[in-house]
Amino acid sequence: MSVLRLARTILRIGRMAAPATDAPSETAVGDQVLTGSVQVRHVDAGSCNGCEIEIGAVFGPVYDAERYGARLVASPRHADALLVTGVVTHNMLQPLLRTVDATPKPRVVIAVGDCARDCGVFKGGYGVAGAVSDVTDVDIEVPGCPPAPDDIVAALRRVTRR
Amino acid sequence: MSASPAVAPDLTSTAWGLLAVVLQCCVLAAVSPILIGVMRQVRYRMEGRIGPGIWQPTRDLLKLARKEPLVAPGVRLQGVMPIAMTGTSLLLVALLPLMSTVTIPLVPDDLFVVVGVLLLGTVAIALLGLDSGTAFGGMGSSRHMTIAALVEPTVLVAVYALSIPVGSSALSAIVDARIAEPVSVVSPVSLLALVALIIVVVAETGRLPVDNPSTHLELTMVHEAMILEASGRDLGWVEFSSWLRLAGLLGLVANLALPWGVAQSMSIGGLAVAIVAIVVKVMLAGAGVAAVEVFLAKVRLFKVPELLAASFVMAFLAVTASYLVV
Ligand code: SF4
Repeated sequence: MSVLRLARTILRIGRMAAPATDAPSETAVGDQVLTGSVQVRHVDAGSCNGCEIEIGAVFGPVYDAERYGARLVASPRHADALLVTGVVTHNMLQPLLRTVDATPKPRVVIAVGDCARDCGVFKGGYGVAGAVSDVTDVDIEVPGCPPAPDDIVAALRRVTRR
Repeated sequence: MSASPAVAPDLTSTAWGLLAVVLQCCVLAAVSPILIGVMRQVRYRMEGRIGPGIWQPTRDLLKLARKEPLVAPGVRLQGVMPIAMTGTSLLLVALLPLMSTVTIPLVPDDLFVVVGVLLLGTVAIALLGLDSGTAFGGMGSSRHMTIAALVEPTVLVAVYALSIPVGSSALSAIVDARIAEPVSVVSPVSLLALVALIIVVVAETGRLPVDNPSTHLELTMVHEAMILEASGRDLGWVEFSSWLRLAGLLGLVANLALPWGVAQSMSIGGLAVAIVAIVVKVMLAGAGVAAVEVFLAKVRLFKVPELLAASFVMAFLAVTASYLVV
């Protein structure tokens, strides 16, 4: 896209983000230190990638979770919260536990999607080690297959308290 | 510059220089997280987002300061290097003529000293990347040193071109001369050197198109790759020092392009004006960089030397022209 066309598109579209809603009513989760600033690391423990698409939308321009102080980062060392999607497969069990260990405290683990909560449609599969809560402590669960971006945003806002 | 002859000039100018330097460090340190906030906010708005506001980086820093760092076994420099980096960034900001051209007589704000301090910070972060012992850390360090090796000569040559008409390689003298003779700002020598300087500052501070500050792809990372293993308080220092460095270098370029507002004499009023001037200049420069970045993609790593070679050629032409024109 040429520079001019891009500039015109930016001017034409203006603001794409959905209007902000009121701060969440559910109780806040996680340490007070995380108020207003939560770096998020996403871990795919064996998902079908449906949840990933919704997480992509959450941090896209329309749902814009960054306006509430949540930001995706590239390393668990930088993170305060882990978004875990999918059933925990045998192959991803060790990496998941290591990622949790590599996240400095205070940290929050969010299980996103029915798979992460109770194995969902993959329950009983031969490659499944269990749901996320079977292998590590989970602070928030977001139901849905896949969960709506609004629900994921609401879960993140319980951590950022904004 | 114009110490009144009634007072002992040396002592007063030393005290005054110290005051200006301390103030300069404080102002820049306070402004740099807000600068990053403004730059990110400009980008968010152009992407159609609402964005978290200009205070988000400050909030991030305050949170990181309260988090315990996690250190992998065998890693030694994790706690030291972030502090060293912050030290070099503060030293850099102290040496640059951002607010006042009255310097401490004993401390040279010479071009070569400044480039040396710049390189010191680069080495510190490269060691941090190597020390983490991960593949990405080492890769980031090697890339960073490659870019630094191409950037430092251009910084030297570009500012050298500006120093030839002035006859001094002290940065404050260059800024002074530019205020005295505003026409020199738009001379071909100055324009060539400024463009070269802007390109190398962009490369040095890891902005697009040389490095993408918001990338999640480890294979394309330069700056981010070196700090992947830093966490908690250590990460806070690393982030703060690179933001401070960016603010300082943007301020230097802004002061060379628009030298007005810098305090030239020892007066409180002049210093107050200088604070406002440098904050406005740095913010505008940052917003401009962020707006241009929206239109850029990261270039392939092997294309970076071409970009930097072009900037070196411009700096070299500036030097040549300064001998011919002046
Ligand atoms: S919850 Fe549904 S969308 Fe998400 S990983 Fe499981 S099957 Fe896929």
